Formats: sequence, C-alpha cells, structure tokens
Amino acid sequence: MTTMLSRLVLSALVALVAFVVPATAADTPGVTATEIKIGHTNPYSGPASAYGTIGKVITAYFKKINDEGGINGRKINFISVDDSYSPPKTVEMVRRLVEQDQVAFVFNTLGTPTNSAIHKYMNQQKVPQLFVATGATKWGDPQHFPWTMGWQPTYQAEGHIYAQYVLKNVPNAKIGILYQNDDYGKDYVKGLKDALGDAAKKIVVMEQTYEVTDPTVDSQIVNLKNSGANVFYNVTIPKFAVQAIKKAHDVGWKPLHLLNSVSSSVGVVLKPAGLDASKDIITARYLKDVTDPQWKNDAGYKDWLAFMQKYYPDGSTVDDFNVYGYTVAQGLVQVLKQCGNDLSRANVMKQAATLKDLSLPMLLPGITVNTSATDFYPIEQEQLAKFDGERWVNFGELYDASKK
Amino acid sequence: MSPRVRYVVLVAVLAIALALPFLVSNFRVFQFTQVAVYAIALLGLNMLTGYNGQISLGHGAFYALGAYTTAIMIDRWDVPYPLTIVTAGVLCLIAGFLFGIPALRLEGLYLALATFALALAIPQILKYFEHWTGGSQGIVLSKPNPPWGLPLSPDQWLYFFTLAVLLVLFVLARNLLAGRTGRAIVAIRDNPIAAQAMGVNTALYKSLTFGVSAAYTGVAGALSAIVIAFVAPDAFNVFLSITFLTGVVIGGLASISGAIFGALFIQFVPNWAQEISKAAPWAIYGIFLIGFMYAMPFGIAGAIRRVAARAALRGTAARA
Repeated sequence: MTTMLSRLVLSALVALVAFVVPATAADTPGVTATEIKIGHTNPYSGPASAYGTIGKVITAYFKKINDEGGINGRKINFISVDDSYSPPKTVEMVRRLVEQDQVAFVFNTLGTPTNSAIHKYMNQQKVPQLFVATGATKWGDPQHFPWTMGWQPTYQAEGHIYAQYVLKNVPNAKIGILYQNDDYGKDYVKGLKDALGDAAKKIVVMEQTYEVTDPTVDSQIVNLKNSGANVFYNVTIPKFAVQAIKKAHDVGWKPLHLLNSVSSSVGVVLKPAGLDASKDIITARYLKDVTDPQWKNDAGYKDWLAFMQKYYPDGSTVDDFNVYGYTVAQGLVQVLKQCGNDLSRANVMKQAATLKDLSLPMLLPGITVNTSATDFYPIEQEQLAKFDGERWVNFGELYDASKK
Repeated sequence: MSPRVRYVVLVAVLAIALALPFLVSNFRVFQFTQVAVYAIALLGLNMLTGYNGQISLGHGAFYALGAYTTAIMIDRWDVPYPLTIVTAGVLCLIAGFLFGIPALRLEGLYLALATFALALAIPQILKYFEHWTGGSQGIVLSKPNPPWGLPLSPDQWLYFFTLAVLLVLFVLARNLLAGRTGRAIVAIRDNPIAAQAMGVNTALYKSLTFGVSAAYTGVAGALSAIVIAFVAPDAFNVFLSITFLTGVVIGGLASISGAIFGALFIQFVPNWAQEISKAAPWAIYGIFLIGFMYAMPFGIAGAIRRVAARAALRGTAARA
C-alpha cells in the first residue's frame, strides 16, 4: 500500500513538473533573429465554426510568406488555436499564447464577445491585439485601449453609407427596418440613424426585430410592407436574409432594398432566395467579389486563386472569408515589413498606426488602408453595389465613413 | 482505503494544492483555478445526478445565473466580490429549489429534457435583459488584487480564494452526504418507493437536492466570473451543460473526489486533444472519452477505489 501511495504522489509530482515552465525574459518576447511568433484564436469548432476557414487561410498565407523567405529574414510562427467562440476559452487560450508560448502579439482574433473578454487583459499586459475580426465599433479607441486595433469597416460605418445614399437619392424616403435583436443589429441601426440625423424620426417609419432562434421573419415582412415603407433596410444574417428577400418578393413588396454586407454572398443568400427576387438589391462592399467575372483577368484575383490552389487547395474559391483572411494577412505583412528590425510590441503598434494609403490586391479599386495615432479603423471606405440578377455591379463613388 | 491511508493521501493532495501556485507560471495557476471552479460545479451536479439520480442537462443555466449575479453586483453596485458569491449561491438555491418542484413530476430522461430546455434558453434570456446583462457584449470586470498587502499575484490570490471556497463546500457536501440526509438522497435514487415507505419525504428531498446542487453550481459560476473577469451569453451555451455532465460521469458518479478528477478532465483533455490534432480535436476528445469510459466504467474515482481495494486485498492476502 505504501509503495502504491508513494507511486501516486510521485506521479502527481511528475505531472506537476510537466507544467512548470522556465520563465524567459526578453526585451521583445516572441522574436528571435530568425522567427516572430504570432498568436491567433478562431472558432474551429462550435456554432461559429464557419469562420474557421479564416484561420486556415491566414495560416496558409504565412506559409507562403515563409516559403518566400519570410519578412526581413524572419519566418512567421503562427500559432492558431480553437476557442469555439466561447469567451472564457478565449481568455484561457490567449493567456496561454501570451504567457506560455510568449507570442509577440495576437492578430485577427475573431468575434465580438471573445475579443471583449481579452480587451482589458491585452491592454494591461501591453500586448498588441491587432486587426481583430469583428465589425463592432469599440475596437478603434486608441485613447483608452492603445493596444487594440480593428480592421474591417464597422457595422455603424456601413449604416452611415446607406443613410448617405438614401438622403441623396430617395426623395420622400420612408424606411422600414428589419434587424437582429442584438448588438450587431443595433450597431447597424445606430449607424443609419446617426447619419440620417434629425430626419431619422420622420424617415424611419417602422422597425421590426427578430431573434436568431425565430423560425421565420414572414410576419415582420408583412408588417413592414403594410407600413408603407419604400426603403427596406435589411439587417439580417444569411438564413433570415434568404427568407426576407423571398417573402418580400412573394407579397409583392418592391421597396429599395438595402441588404447588409453580412449577407451579401451570392451563393449563400441570393441564389437560394431566387436570383429574380434578388434583383436590384443594394449592398456595400470593400472586398472584390470572387464570383464576379469582371475580376477574372484581374491580377489580384489571379494571384489569390493561384495562392488558394497551391497553399489551401481544400479551401473554397467562392467563399468571401478566404478573401478576407488573405487580405488581413497581407495587411499584417505590411506592418511587419515597416517594423524593420524593431519588432518590439510598441513598434508593432506604432507601425500599425502609421499605414498610409496602403492598397491591397483584393480590396475594391480605390479603397486603401489608413491609420493614424488617433484613427484605429484601418478600412473605412466601401462602395455600393447593385445586384443585376447575376452578380454585384459596383456603382457610384467610394463612400468614406471617416468623412461625415 | 484504510482511514490512515486516506488521511495521508488527503494531506499530500492538500500540500500539493497549496504549493502549486508557487511552482508554476501564473497562466497555469489560472488554469488550476478554473479546475477548482469546475470542481465545485461538478460536485453540485454530482449531488443531483450521482447521489440523487436526477439527470440535469441544464446546470449551465445555474452557472450562468451565478456568474451574472456576481458580475452585475460588482459592475452596478460595487459590491465586494466575496459577498456577491454568497448572494449568487442563495439566489441559485432558491431558483434550483423552485425549478425542482415542477421537475418532481418528471423522471429520468424527461427531466433531462426539461433541464435541457433551460440550457437552451439561458443565452437568449441573458440577451433579452440587455439593460442588466450588457447583451451579447457582456460585462467586463476587473481582477481583484490580493488583500492585506499579501505578496501574491492576482492569479495566485484568486487560486487560494477559490481553493478556500472549494474546501468549505467540499466539507459541507461531505457532511451532508455522509449523514441521514445523504442516505435519504441516495435511497430516493435507488428505490423511491421504498424510500417513501421508510418515511422519507421524497418530494422535499428531491427539490432540496436540486436547490443545493444549483447553489453549488451557482457559486462556481460566480467564481468563474471573477476569475475570467468577463461574462457574456456565449460562454453559457448548451455545450457547457453537457461538459458538466461529461465531467461528472468521467470523474465518477456519487463520488466527492470524482468532482476533482472530472474537473481536471474537462479543463485539460480538450486542450491536449487540440495539441494532438488541430484538424479534428473533438474526434480526439471523443476517443479519450470512449477510452476513459471503457477502461473506467465507474469514472476515475471508481477506478482508483477499485485499485486501492485490490491492493488492500493483496495486502491482507500477503499477511495471511
């Protein structure tokens, strides 16, 4: 019995030792002469696992960069871990990345609640939380959170753009809104109303909401039709966007249909809803639509396709997420190039905040990435596009949310 | 296991638990704090499922209730955090007891489904009361610093704090389950009719067990809110409730120490699975799960009991 006991205690101690890590102190954690370590969290499993491909495409892109010799002689060691879109898991995983793996910074961590969970921690630890993958507005607050930076246009910014379009082009506008009853939906609505200004109260004639778990939005569409609205602001995720487009078509409601970019995928939303029913819908975009034949001979598109075939052959070549990941990875490569040999955390943040008119191949022509010490919203331009029954056709000028 | 051996093991485990935060990095301390939090939740669920035979697929809801009670009290009213944990426990005790009353009519799988509904509903309910819960953005808290100028890091302090709560709750649970109440709870599981015939008020005991079980899980939730320093509805999805049930079964049903083994399992095995295979971590996790259940049908605690019993038997045989 005593031998068993001592064996038990011994094995417990062994297990303990396995957890002990030598604390290494360096001026620039995660950086050696030949390598830079970057952390990442993404939902590879769980309800939001459709986003998992973003982590995979970024990993593939850094593999390509490494194959080409890395950046300033350093290879990227990209540690991407699964957080299942669960905030406590994100906290644990990011702490592992920062404290255990000693990454230089974390990059493109995905999700609004998940990033909220590490927001304070990253800023206390002074570790960059760079180009987060969420459209919430709170990531561009350098005064209070100097170590966190967004990436894509915010939902509110997109709302601004639709408002500007309506004010300019629709006299006697009466807007009916359908939105998801959470922060994502409310952000979109706030953006629209803010940009409409005092006129909002008069112009917005009806607001309808739905819960993610609702079976349909049919009755909301009927209500909106009966309100007499001539503009339909459709803030829904793909499943409900399909229903809304179909139902509006079926009940013979023909408003100016503004569809949020979240659901602008031709394959996932417009085709199932019916290409005919989807005709003349307007959305805002900042990435090139890979299903659009106009980019067929575009150098940026061809490079992307070649990259996908070589480094991520399992990935879908009609999935916007794979364009998204590719583009944000290129944004980071630019930051690291600018850093030169000073890869301290402070300099990474500083360089990320000094991007000037950076154009990336899969951004729509004319859209550039711009940041400054007070502007932590890298992409703020979008262009409207109208669906012609087959594809999105961009039209009009570029809208810039930073210019009110 | 003889009482003497049991005592030695207990002291050894306690010594390791006390020394731990000084031996490992802050991140590991944080992970072990989570283990302690899970262990409290699992003990709560084990009382209900292991001892009383009521299956709950909805304990994540009580965990969430506890977490939000603490988060809202700290965020809104600046209440000292130890006080919020007590409140969370009491609130969950009441909620669990009340839920336990209608649940009396439901047996086995039907109760499992009813509690499952609870787990499904909770993230939406949390989003609905946005004014209080902060909606899907959640509530951000600050990590408490060690009091009285103790030379500890915040992580170490929270570890000891959680460990203290765990010890108190474990001793309470042991006293509860080892006595008359415990026998009544187990008798209801084994044969409710016989228990009733012996004069056990099954309705009261079942609802009470549900209440106490929910209170434990609620306290764990409250601690988790402080340890993670953040709450959001997405943290309390159905999967959490299933994870708890997994932990209880893997650790060992109707076993107090089983809660700790189960907590270690649900904390570390998913991480290991991910390190083994990034492509299919949950498949690896599944293999672990099947392997564990195959090798230890009575959970880890059951397996240890069996090994110890065999060793004791061999010991007596050798002496004879």
